[in-house]
Amino acid sequence: MSATAKIKRPPRVGDNPLFRTILIAVVLVVTALFIVAPLAVIGFHAFSQGWRFYAATIAHPDTLHAIMLTVVTALIAVPINTAFGIAAAWAITKFDFPGRRLLLVVIEIPFSISPIVAGVAYLFVYGLQGLFGEILADADVKILFALPGIVLASMFVTAPFVARELIPLMQAQGRDLEEAATSLGASGWRTFFSVTLPNIRWALLYGVVLCNARVMGEFGAVSVVSGNIRGQTNTLPLHIELLYHDYQTAGAFAAASILALLAVVTLVAKVALERRGAGRRPALAAPVAVLTENAK
Amino acid sequence: MTRRRVLPGLPLALGVTLVYVSIIVVLPLGALVFKAASLGFADYWAIVSSPRAVASYRVTALSALGATVFNLVFGLALAWVLVRYRFPGRRLIDALVDLPFALPTAVAGIALTTLFAHNGWFGSFLANFGIKVAYTPLGIMVAMAFTSLPFIVRTVQPVLEDLDPALEEAAQSLGGSDASIFRRVILPLLTPAILAGVSLSFARSLGEFGAIIFIAGNQPYETEITSLLAFIRLEEYDYQAAAAIASVLLITAFVMLAVTNLLQARALRYTVKN
Repeated sequence: MSATAKIKRPPRVGDNPLFRTILIAVVLVVTALFIVAPLAVIGFHAFSQGWRFYAATIAHPDTLHAIMLTVVTALIAVPINTAFGIAAAWAITKFDFPGRRLLLVVIEIPFSISPIVAGVAYLFVYGLQGLFGEILADADVKILFALPGIVLASMFVTAPFVARELIPLMQAQGRDLEEAATSLGASGWRTFFSVTLPNIRWALLYGVVLCNARVMGEFGAVSVVSGNIRGQTNTLPLHIELLYHDYQTAGAFAAASILALLAVVTLVAKVALERRGAGRRPALAAPVAVLTENAK
Repeated sequence: MTRRRVLPGLPLALGVTLVYVSIIVVLPLGALVFKAASLGFADYWAIVSSPRAVASYRVTALSALGATVFNLVFGLALAWVLVRYRFPGRRLIDALVDLPFALPTAVAGIALTTLFAHNGWFGSFLANFGIKVAYTPLGIMVAMAFTSLPFIVRTVQPVLEDLDPALEEAAQSLGGSDASIFRRVILPLLTPAILAGVSLSFARSLGEFGAIIFIAGNQPYETEITSLLAFIRLEEYDYQAAAAIASVLLITAFVMLAVTNLLQARALRYTVKN
């Protein structure tokens, strides 16, 4: 390597060794205390009564049922949400129609609303005192305090997750490729699957992973609409609360360790997908802003 | 501008989108607003201005403020360290920053409560100094700070990465000290991103529920947050009060959404310009 390739840069602001060392040390310590310690305490308490107790807690019928319910909820809510996210991104980025911005804002709304508000709102639609309460009761259809309510509330809180990953990306990619494909005679579906999808697959997967993590971990909205019936409508997060308030701390942490593991797996998947270019934008930037920028 | 060629699929894509948004988002929120509006102004006002409700707004807003200030300082330091310095473990820390988003709030809630309880790892240490965190407003602040930590880091980080070194070099050649360059050159460039992150972090803290209810103690007037009060009214079958209090949260969320969108649009404009 030639000497000129290694021109020593003047020190930048904050490169003072003492300052640098202190700042890194402070950040490492606070991160350890604030982010790593909560993770460690879950593992510590989950196994505080030994492996046997841990296995027994997980294998308990109520825990297994909670895990099942959580998985089933995700299996329904995530694919529907994904289809919605793709449809919304296709409509918003490939066409110009009045009200596009408004639609974007509406899609973003669940992101900024307290999950409790979401739960209460669903009560006023499907609950006995809600809009459709009497009709549903007459028809003997159970939505609240049953699986449909849990799925609906989960879909509300995660509605923006896939769409917000796809919209900025598809907006940036433009419409030229798709227009070329259709002009060569490809059908709409063919265009989507052979042209659009390969370009958005990592961002799509990224959105799906985040959506899944949130669905499986949702607490507030689900706790309002589920009714917390042990062994029936208790999802895993609700089951954790129940055990915790029953003073079964080790049991609560054993159940929590499953969700903590899911969180760690989600983070690993996230990093892997970010290396493939997904999620590379000002985090959580409003797509509205992205649209505005690209319009200029 | 008119386009000659129009892609297929608008009716299907827009149809699916509108149906989904109507059923999942608009209908429930409409029902909530309808329920709250059916109360009549006098009743509505009596509920939302009751001393217990007002106390919950104060607890929620002050805790969110405290959490956001902590996140502002720590988030800025974290973003700076991740962008400016290379050290072993940097990538791990970068990934760990998102843990609060990935970890379900109930799990975060019991973990933080156990850490800060009087017999917990941190709680027993802090007790030596007479500091109580769990079951006090401080606990609410800790839970809020944890769940909204990534916002400021993740809005500031990309702007800091794209910062042109020439600006600093110019300031250095004019003889500015590090502190003054940071304050007068770097900080102003980061401000739009910081503001956007702050508003996201604050909004998230106002709406947080799962992590807080475990650590808060939930004493009316002292450690009861607004979303918990709405939840309690529901459990008491007082649906009107639940609707009214939830509507206050909804209005607050809309205001914060407007502020956030405005600030983010500004932050993005800055990023593009630089």
